[in-house]
Amino acid sequence: MTEITLVVKQGCETCTLIEPIIRQIAEHFNPRVICQDTQDFPTGLPVEFDASLEQSYRLRIEVVPTLIIQKDGIETSRIFGWDVAAWEALLGIQFKSDLPKFRPGCGSKTHDPGMQERLAAQFSGHMLAARRLNFENVDDIEIGYDQGWSDGLPVVPPTAERVMRMLAGTRRQPDEIIGIVPPDFAPCSIEKIAINAVLAGCRPEYLPVVIAAVEAVLEDQFCMHGLLATTYFSGPMVIVNGPISRAIGMNSGGNALGQGNRANATIGRALQLIIRNVGGGRPGGVDRSALGNPGKYTFCFSEDETNSCWESLAVEKGFSSEESTVTVFAADGMQGLVDQKSRDPESLCRSFAAGLRVIGHPKMVQGSDAFLVVSPEHERIFRDAQWNKQQVKDRLLDLLMIPGEELIQGAGGIAEGLPEKLRSAVLCKFREGGLNIVRAGGRAGLFSAIIAGWGASGSTGSVPVTRQIQS
Amino acid sequence: MELLDPTSEAMPEGRQPLPRLSQIDGAVIGLLDISKPKGNVFLDRIEALLNEQGAITKRFRKPTFTRVAPDALRQEIAGSCDAVLEALAD
Repeated sequence: MTEITLVVKQGCETCTLIEPIIRQIAEHFNPRVICQDTQDFPTGLPVEFDASLEQSYRLRIEVVPTLIIQKDGIETSRIFGWDVAAWEALLGIQFKSDLPKFRPGCGSKTHDPGMQERLAAQFSGHMLAARRLNFENVDDIEIGYDQGWSDGLPVVPPTAERVMRMLAGTRRQPDEIIGIVPPDFAPCSIEKIAINAVLAGCRPEYLPVVIAAVEAVLEDQFCMHGLLATTYFSGPMVIVNGPISRAIGMNSGGNALGQGNRANATIGRALQLIIRNVGGGRPGGVDRSALGNPGKYTFCFSEDETNSCWESLAVEKGFSSEESTVTVFAADGMQGLVDQKSRDPESLCRSFAAGLRVIGHPKMVQGSDAFLVVSPEHERIFRDAQWNKQQVKDRLLDLLMIPGEELIQGAGGIAEGLPEKLRSAVLCKFREGGLNIVRAGGRAGLFSAIIAGWGASGSTGSVPVTRQIQS
Repeated sequence: MELLDPTSEAMPEGRQPLPRLSQIDGAVIGLLDISKPKGNVFLDRIEALLNEQGAITKRFRKPTFTRVAPDALRQEIAGSCDAVLEALAD
């Protein structure tokens, strides 16, 4: 059985233009006519007034007029706007009219600003499984504090509309469970990630990055539970590589590690809020950090790949430059490294090595991993000398082979240190694979940054994890 | 205003701690080293004190302090001890 559905609105000039055509269609068929803005248009025909826009939403109408043909309940064709040849071919009739042959349609009311998410919340809200909480006579910004959802900064109230809008950022189903979040070992759904992304202030297009970051920290080798529970400074840091970092406008340039970019700020924050709210990990609870670090509010940036002479972190990890990835790292805050005099790689490597030597403690070896964030003006020195990233790493690791006599307890008048038996050993500051390099930063400034990691790296603690971002 | 709950919505059951041991003499006490430096120093002393009071001690060790104890280790402790002491040291 063939069913013809026509969706119109009186406020659309094309719809009013073809009113006589709709009457002619009604002479041949028994069309279902749905009008979005009145019950009196077209006049003289039975009309379904779609006041709530539910029918238009369910039919996924984007433009009016839209003509839909269904056979036995299955849609077989759809055209929108007015095109006399297309309408006649589809319906198999000749219209008697002197109307223009073609007129574009108008936007459906379902696509008025803010309407899609409102309709999604109203008519697809059953897709959301989260408990609904009702609040009356309260300031909506205070709710996040009262409920304990906040990291100390205001959170965006997670209404169903906002969550549906957020979920439009991924093709993944809201009820998909992506892992178990410590410390409570709570199952984490895409929906719960979306709710927390709303709290954090994310835009929907950031959601795939947040999901990938959560998946990455939940990999066993990242050791999120221990990272949260430790008395150390660290928290999860996110580095984004690939086309998505540019598509969503992340900052890899000036102030890349600082404030002011919504994607950088809110992606890192969303990850922390998921650990807090889904996992139950809170300062003073299982989070036992002695001092923490400012990056535990948010710590996320992208690598500047477009201007770099080096292959990106993602390519080093085996991905192509066309794939988008997140890399998560158990990071402390950053330590600046100033060198305004070096003009050759050897001198600059010696500066870098001197800075890297002291992370954690000048005598700590094989404990923390580190990311060295090389700024463009420092990178230029390696570019001019044609040093690739691996050559820089190799030289740094050579320079960071440290005699045991400098590392043992008591050396330098410092009780901290390694056991006396290692006096004659020569030890590298970093475990194998523990030193990483990325390029980011503004064009001016002979400054780079060292981001030290948790004092428990490798199989003892945390290993950086890189994951591809899925749409 | 209606909001969606961002938490796990978990409602853990309240549990009472097990009764304290009525006596140490003859009890099997597990001593769990979490692999922090000097945990052994602390546990050696505790073990000596417990043994003086007639306790039977069993030593256990987590592979790393950064992760929760593996299930098999927790089950072994639960199945073979009357109580366990965990050493947090540095």
